[in-house]
Amino acid sequence: MVTTVDIDKARKIAASVPDPELPFLTLEDLGILRDVVLENNVVVAKLTPTYIGCPAVAVIEQDVQRALNDAGFSARILRVESPAWSTSWITEKGLEKLKTNGIAPPEPTLANTLNSDSIKLFAARTVVCPRCASTQTEKLSEFGSTPCKAQYRCTSCFEPFDHFKCH
Amino acid sequence: MSAPLLHTVVQIADDHLISGHRLSEWCGHAPMLEEDLSMPNMALDLIGQARTLYSYAARLENKGRTEDDFAYLRTDREYQNCLLVERPNTDFAHTMLRQLYFATYMKFFWESMHESSDETLSALSHKAIKEISYHVRHCGEWVVRLGDGTTESAEKMSDAVQALHPYTEELFEVDESRQHGIDKGIFPDHANLKTQWQNTIDAIFVQAKLTLPEIGFAQTGGRKGLHTEDFGMLLAQLQYLPRAYPGASW
Repeated sequence: MVTTVDIDKARKIAASVPDPELPFLTLEDLGILRDVVLENNVVVAKLTPTYIGCPAVAVIEQDVQRALNDAGFSARILRVESPAWSTSWITEKGLEKLKTNGIAPPEPTLANTLNSDSIKLFAARTVVCPRCASTQTEKLSEFGSTPCKAQYRCTSCFEPFDHFKCH
Repeated sequence: MSAPLLHTVVQIADDHLISGHRLSEWCGHAPMLEEDLSMPNMALDLIGQARTLYSYAARLENKGRTEDDFAYLRTDREYQNCLLVERPNTDFAHTMLRQLYFATYMKFFWESMHESSDETLSALSHKAIKEISYHVRHCGEWVVRLGDGTTESAEKMSDAVQALHPYTEELFEVDESRQHGIDKGIFPDHANLKTQWQNTIDAIFVQAKLTLPEIGFAQTGGRKGLHTEDFGMLLAQLQYLPRAYPGASW
């Protein structure tokens, strides 16, 4: 017999699974664990992809499945596409962890102001250097090592760094 | 299941798969490292969107086919992508312009799809629009840089416009299935899409110092399965692995 205590435990386990690309962030930090519910004694973890084509999506789902199974739960993963994930779902703690790890976090206020301005060419956006906090930075590349990041360089301390894009 | 809806969903999925595949051909061959990152990243977005669309098509069809069956195991006549997306990369200018044309169309398409009566497509639209807006910016900036760049880059960009512009009409073609979807509030009105697309491209062309050519003869046929010669080569590469090793998996 599964009790409410168990589902709380399952939720904690799923929430603490690390992101495979940014292992210092948990799925909870990233805001992609939408819910963990019980259906006919099976734990259902609902996850939302960050980018549709992100190769990490499948790995994340396997990781959650394994973590829950290892803890003795029978579980399944449900991919939830709507509402779409936004960087505004990254928790305060998550944003802080990004910065500590040398990645300029997304500006939470910009995430939902897309549309009319979203295709404006050559729009300058101030990204603060995660190392020296200078605002004198320049974009090196719109795209980086993973779909969620762009590459920048600080012209004050000269360090290159990743920027977690607003999405 | 709705046959007209399935038909149009497959068309859109094919646009994304073929567009993504063309971009992926640049991997390891880009003119600079940043672009070697950007083009495969954009390819990843498009192929991710294609997967969602093919999975939906498979559910609509309900005959046991999977997303992979749609992507890899059809013959050339069964693909219904618009001709624009299958045009060869040729050079970096051609590629950036082709992607700008397609991404701008998709940006306004997905924007209208937020209000679609189809839940699956509406959900996808919220995700896809953020990704595709990035493509419009990235490719649009390159079109401006090259169009308003050196004599050589301007010449290449202008050649690309001459070669690719006749393929843009097909983006706004409405066949019987699509009209059915428009009438049911699933898909947006394409005349309106065309105005939005044209206004955006016009503004970018002014910035890029490019002239919009008259379209003497619109190149169409892809939506009916009639493709250009280059498409056979593309399919041969795309389908090689699943054809040579049926059932192969990671």
